[in-house]
Amino acid sequence: MLATIIRRILQTGVIVLVMSALVFAALYMIGDPVLMMASPEATDLEREAIRRNLGLDRPLWEQYGIFLAKAVQLDFGNSFLTGESAMRLILERMPATLELATLAMFISMVVGVPLGVYAGLRPDSLPARAIMSGSVLGFSLPNFWVGLMLIMLFAVMLGWVPAGGRGPVEQFGPVALSLFNWEGLKNLILPAMTIAVAKCALIIRVTRAATRECLPQDYIRFARAKGLRERRVLGVHLLKNIMIPIVTIGGLEYGQVFAFAVVTETVFSWPGMGKLLIDSIVNLDRPVVVAYLMLTVVFLAMLNLVVDIGYTLLDPRVRLGGAA
Amino acid sequence: MTAANGAAGADLLLDIQGLRTWFHTRDGVVKAVDGVSLQLRRGEILGLVGESGSGKSVTGFSIMGLVGERGRVQADRMVFDGHDLLSASAEQMRRLRGDRLAMIFQDPMMTLNPTLRIDTQMIEAVQAHDTVSGKAARARCLDVLRMVGIPAPEARLKAYPHHLSGGMRQRIAIAIALLNAPRLIIADEPTTALDVTIQGQILYEVQKLCRETGTALIWITHDLALVSGLADRMAVMYAGRIVESADTAALIRHPQHPYTHGLMASIPSLGTRGQPLFQIPGSTPSLLNLPEGCAFRSRCYRADAQCEQAPQLAEVAPGQWASCWHHGVQP
Amino acid sequence: MSSLLEPAVQPVGVRSAAAGRWRRFAAQFVSSKSAVGGLVVLVLCIAAAVFAPWLAPQNPFDLASLDILDAKMPPGSTNFDGTLTYWLGTDGQARDVLSAILYGMRISLFVGVVSVLSAFLIGTAVGLIAAYFGGRIDAFFMRIVDMQLAFPSILVALVLLAMLGKGVDKVIIALIVVQWAYFARAARAAAIVERNKEYVEAARCMSLSWHRILWRHVFPNCIPPLMVIATIDLAHAIALEATLSFLGVGVPVTEPSLGMLISNGFEFLLSGTYWICFFPGIALAIVVVAINLVGDHLRDILNPRNEV
Repeated sequence: MLATIIRRILQTGVIVLVMSALVFAALYMIGDPVLMMASPEATDLEREAIRRNLGLDRPLWEQYGIFLAKAVQLDFGNSFLTGESAMRLILERMPATLELATLAMFISMVVGVPLGVYAGLRPDSLPARAIMSGSVLGFSLPNFWVGLMLIMLFAVMLGWVPAGGRGPVEQFGPVALSLFNWEGLKNLILPAMTIAVAKCALIIRVTRAATRECLPQDYIRFARAKGLRERRVLGVHLLKNIMIPIVTIGGLEYGQVFAFAVVTETVFSWPGMGKLLIDSIVNLDRPVVVAYLMLTVVFLAMLNLVVDIGYTLLDPRVRLGGAA
Repeated sequence: MTAANGAAGADLLLDIQGLRTWFHTRDGVVKAVDGVSLQLRRGEILGLVGESGSGKSVTGFSIMGLVGERGRVQADRMVFDGHDLLSASAEQMRRLRGDRLAMIFQDPMMTLNPTLRIDTQMIEAVQAHDTVSGKAARARCLDVLRMVGIPAPEARLKAYPHHLSGGMRQRIAIAIALLNAPRLIIADEPTTALDVTIQGQILYEVQKLCRETGTALIWITHDLALVSGLADRMAVMYAGRIVESADTAALIRHPQHPYTHGLMASIPSLGTRGQPLFQIPGSTPSLLNLPEGCAFRSRCYRADAQCEQAPQLAEVAPGQWASCWHHGVQP
Repeated sequence: MSSLLEPAVQPVGVRSAAAGRWRRFAAQFVSSKSAVGGLVVLVLCIAAAVFAPWLAPQNPFDLASLDILDAKMPPGSTNFDGTLTYWLGTDGQARDVLSAILYGMRISLFVGVVSVLSAFLIGTAVGLIAAYFGGRIDAFFMRIVDMQLAFPSILVALVLLAMLGKGVDKVIIALIVVQWAYFARAARAAAIVERNKEYVEAARCMSLSWHRILWRHVFPNCIPPLMVIATIDLAHAIALEATLSFLGVGVPVTEPSLGMLISNGFEFLLSGTYWICFFPGIALAIVVVAINLVGDHLRDILNPRNEV
């Protein structure tokens, strides 16, 4: 197991390196950030000064080398826009996205798993068919559209919740969260539901497929032959087996939501990492974009590893890195 | 409906008359079991023989009430240990299963849940029917494991199913069946998936256990030779019906039904060495479209126009029942 | 004396096999009412888009036909001389929302179809070649595919569009880059299965050129899963283009797709003039859901053991 972990970490390192080079170069080709930052009336001399200041007059490979040297110390440079440390900018915004992603996935699981199990138990019943059609709706509707519709219904027409922004936060050590107070929750619920619609549809599908696959297995019939109560057959024998794919996919989706909630954060003006990312791309704020993407790659790779380890804990037949 | 062979009604453990289990599928009605009658006394061992698709497994599931959603089970009579299985509620059936009435399945690989430990799966079988503490349940499990001859039972309990060999897993399945001292065990091809050497061992052990505990057994198999060494009585099934049933000795020595003749002839022995293996010509008819009359008609060497009418199960010799217009021993 | 070996009665003949593949496919398709409904809706939308100039009550891009006094009128109102009914209202520039939707659907569908077709061709070609030649070529292409698929499409598209700038053609390019990887992976998977089959071996023995083998023999057998992907991808492409336009990096204002219309209407949403945003949103949802219903059912028919 340890060998596999080390191998994974090394592989991640290579991917991060390659990806950072690609993004670095890509953003270089997008445009000249100096033009964005300097006022339109600035003279060429002033622009040159800015360029020299930021080290943008050096050749690309040298810029990249300097960047790498600093990156290893977790210094990704300062934002072209605000001058703040790129790393700090990202970390500042992380709690907002963290609570959004966590609440969204929580809702998806709590709603999706029971619905999926039901759809798997009685696939031809009317409720099950409705659930499946609903799930098609869930993942086909574009994210931003769902957000807009929710805003229109709950914020504009009914006025129950505000239409955007984050609510009041409470400090939990170094992290500021708005999840645990009522006002904060009101702001959080719509963006979380927007994300949850699509993820819930996915969880329903996975759960239903897993249920359909597990139910006809001999061990379910054998459990009934032993005279176990139906709720034990479903709640223990079935659940333990379907949890494997559900947790695996759920974990990976959590990572995707956490890293890339760009659209939802834009629609709801949610001050999270995703909004930071898109603003940085549009503003050609290269340090922030590169820092963000590198952190994301590392995070997702680690998450993959955690999910794989979790898989071996859930399914006693599997040993990580060893014989299948 | 004719009554099958058997003793007087009063001390029958299992009395089935006219069992029909039909599956309603998109392509039509599959008559997996189409008129089966069986009777079993306490402590008796019955061998239920038939090829794939003959309905023997479905018969077992029908008795247990595990047929699945698409199947409809009907019978004129189905009584087990004084309980009327036809009118029993789901909860009553659940209480019988695993307690008075146990089942052993064919494939030991998939019978046990791969994500749960052996002790979990055994203790839950005890606690589903008896309010005993976990400790007492575990003690009972250890007793039963020793009874089936499993060495180091404490270690086995802590293991997961995939740690054990096929033969070991099947022994554990047998142990689970014996946990609550059932009156009847239905064993659905329990040794088919195991090595030949283990087969013989398990057969012997099961027979010993049944004799010792006085448990009745229905051993479902396609292997007529195998079960003849074990059973008191045998019943042969074809296309969802019982075509012949008799005491083992009688069936082996003078089989009456042409299908049974075919089965006996298919068994290779020292005498047939060097000759091509015998096969009953043709193949099993699709259960969706059973022909009118006798289902064996298309493959039978004695068939004629009379066979277009379905024969009934009748006592053709003392204690021996067959359903054929042309019954009679092979010349 | 007849022996056991000869049946006295001849066995019943085996029923002849079922009808042709296409008929079976069609029968399976119509078995899902929602898929048929989706297909009908989709055809209607395509027809509406194609015939927009004739169907639309107003050409919203003809500035001369707009009367600024009619801006932001609610649905059902008419213009001042009663010649034109704004069934779905007007937007901030007095454009009839219904007409804008019809023209917008044109652009949305055009972008979606063109990008999917191109991605299909490119991705399938890459996938087939990778599968056929195997080895380093396979590893090379599939590394690229894996790396690209690790990132969500929205991000890849964002970075590309930031590089390329605005414009319908640039959006199409971005969408092609995002989608080709799905086709490549699916084509490769299907082709690998086919590659190991005997008819490919036979074709090789006959010294047929590799592109002939791929095109004539392997490709036709890979079509079913690719059809499923193409359909579902069309919905994704349209939704993605709408998202990009909504974020402001997609099509330009002069050629508004449904996403752009929604974006324009967003600012009015909070003040109660909901229809500028709502109706284009409904139109988008209808198109995307219809395509997905068809694609979902296609997947059930063509890929029975496919994962979610």
